[in-house]
Amino acid sequence: MSDKMTFGRFFRENAVLIIFIIITLLAIKPSGLSLVYIIQELITRLGRNSFLVLALLLPIYAGMGLNFAMALGAMAGEIGLIFTINYNITGVNGLIFATLAGLPLSVLLGWICGVVLNKAKGREMVTGFILAFFINGIYQFVVLYVMGSVIPVKSPAILLSRGYGIRNTLNLDAVRQSLDNLLMVHVGPFNLPIAPFLVIAALCLFIIWFKKTKLGQDMRAVGQDMLVADSSGIPVNKTRNIAIVISTVLACIGQVIFLQNMGNMATYNAHDQTSFFAAASILVGGASVKRASITNVFIGVILLHALFVVTPNAGQKIFGQAQIGEYFRQFIGYGIIALSLVLYAWRSRQEAARQREGLRGNAAPAEGGAK
Amino acid sequence: MRSFKQIVTDFGWPRIIIFIFLVLLFFAAPLVQVSVLASFSDVFNRFGQNAVFVLALVPMIQSGCGLNFGLSLGILAGLLGATLSIQFGLHGAAGFFGAMVLCAPFSVLFGGLYGKLLNKVKGEEMTIAMYVGFASVFFMSIMWLLLPYTAPDMVWGFAGKGLRTTISVENYWLHLLNNFLSIRIGDQFMFPTGEILFVGAAAFFMWLFMRTKTGTAMTAVGSNPDYARAGGISVDKMRTISVIISTFLGAVGIIVYEQSFGFIQLYGAPMAMPFTAIAAILIGGASVNKASMVNVLVGTFLFQGLLTMTPSVINSALKSDMSEVVRIVVSNGIIIYALTRKTKVTK
Repeated sequence: MSDKMTFGRFFRENAVLIIFIIITLLAIKPSGLSLVYIIQELITRLGRNSFLVLALLLPIYAGMGLNFAMALGAMAGEIGLIFTINYNITGVNGLIFATLAGLPLSVLLGWICGVVLNKAKGREMVTGFILAFFINGIYQFVVLYVMGSVIPVKSPAILLSRGYGIRNTLNLDAVRQSLDNLLMVHVGPFNLPIAPFLVIAALCLFIIWFKKTKLGQDMRAVGQDMLVADSSGIPVNKTRNIAIVISTVLACIGQVIFLQNMGNMATYNAHDQTSFFAAASILVGGASVKRASITNVFIGVILLHALFVVTPNAGQKIFGQAQIGEYFRQFIGYGIIALSLVLYAWRSRQEAARQREGLRGNAAPAEGGAK
Repeated sequence: MRSFKQIVTDFGWPRIIIFIFLVLLFFAAPLVQVSVLASFSDVFNRFGQNAVFVLALVPMIQSGCGLNFGLSLGILAGLLGATLSIQFGLHGAAGFFGAMVLCAPFSVLFGGLYGKLLNKVKGEEMTIAMYVGFASVFFMSIMWLLLPYTAPDMVWGFAGKGLRTTISVENYWLHLLNNFLSIRIGDQFMFPTGEILFVGAAAFFMWLFMRTKTGTAMTAVGSNPDYARAGGISVDKMRTISVIISTFLGAVGIIVYEQSFGFIQLYGAPMAMPFTAIAAILIGGASVNKASMVNVLVGTFLFQGLLTMTPSVINSALKSDMSEVVRIVVSNGIIIYALTRKTKVTK
């Protein structure tokens, strides 16, 4: 590429990021929140959300786009937590139990998801999105009707008064912030929950290591071009399945971490927005549907949540209604996903058009054709 | 002659299962003291309520834009039309048709922009449409709070500004179509003639339109864009037209829905509506790139039948409300089924 890194080009490539920083900076002042408060919130939210966002990486490497079906893993984690509360296992042990209980389920769900997505190549994202809705229906059936009647759940604290089905909101007091408080370091005005950060760091190391393994390389090859990968002997469908299974398992663990920080769980809606927040985060961080890195995850979580922390107050101050800030949050989240998907699709079409020009031997730049 | 097996494969197992399930529900209804007559009345009413939405999906499927997950844009245009009509104090037929006229410019504006956007992202329309739809719903949520509406029937009584979450159309155009030439048998059965006629007329015009020069060109664009371009058809223009028509029908659809339902629902309400419409047309036998009037009518009838019958029958039988679960599983199951079929992915 002979193009210079001009301002216009820089803006085009990082449009999402730049728009986001500008909006956040503009909203900080009217929100009236102190910088200390905002930074503490960001530290907490980094510990709470990063793991879930990291779960998106592998399917992107495998060329399957954003895994909008990650709610499947989240549901598995929630079922694990329901059993933790049922058996009244407290503290970190409870979290480990929830993860282990959710693990087989998330492997199964991830595998189902992989099979479905392999049948919908080229529209994985929309199919994954609907699959999350579909499995949500089955989750509701299991949790609302089967638990307590067929699956033995005994604790009256979590059962509905009719004797079966789980209550709308679960109190996670037994495990609340047990991971966060395991190793809490106080630095000046800030509380740093070291334990979740260690878990997240371990996952980052795992992802870096995994990319270098044979399987990781295969995954990237599949992501580049399925036909080429297939003809060089890589089992394409299987590799894609593995990517989704790992992502679903990570989402399961991520949801357990997320919920232990929140301290309570909306039994039937806690997973509704999991993929929305995660996808918005990674895209804000500069990732695209085809390319993402660990850096994108952390930049994204910080930027998205910085905005989410300040908008309700800013909405209150500017318009006199906190509700507007709330709607604005949702609008920005969905809008950012739409915008980055559009920019990516648009750019790859332009790329394709330029290549065609090159083939025709028109006035296209020589490098354009080679790519 | 096609073999029975071929017909079954074409129609698809999920549809056959749903059909049989619905028939069983109708048979089971009397056994659990649910009136079949009242059920039929409900099914007809909900059919009329929803059919226009489902019809709105046809042009975009035909022009190769896929399932219109961004139908919420049309619904938002319709909500603008409906609220403006009430704001201007239009009553009765003037209010109802006034709402449709008022929503037209918004439909053309939203649909035009949305169509231009979709032309830039060919091949990725569905995911993008979904998120554009969601984002617009929340953008308009902010607008419902900020736009200077003043009609006392619509704004929050306390603050005197900002639209309410649900607005009753009772004093304006409630049941305008439903009651037109309606046939009543006893106090349990009511056939909403006007509503069904309206749906019939809309479907007929759509059928007619699909056979005009523009309609044929649209189908050609959807079937084979390269061939269509070689034949001198502007692919992008046809796609934009299909999106505008779809958006306008979505707007008309919500107004028809409201006159029957009785309320204008604002804010988050349009989020889920496209999914119901999409599930209906797919149950009717449409695929991601092919849809006909038969698909629309059969699909709406089957899906709405299912939605009406499951709560009443299953709840009476099992004494618990499983209808929501059935709705989620069936509607999303059928969408997944359609998305995973081996069809030529249109570029």
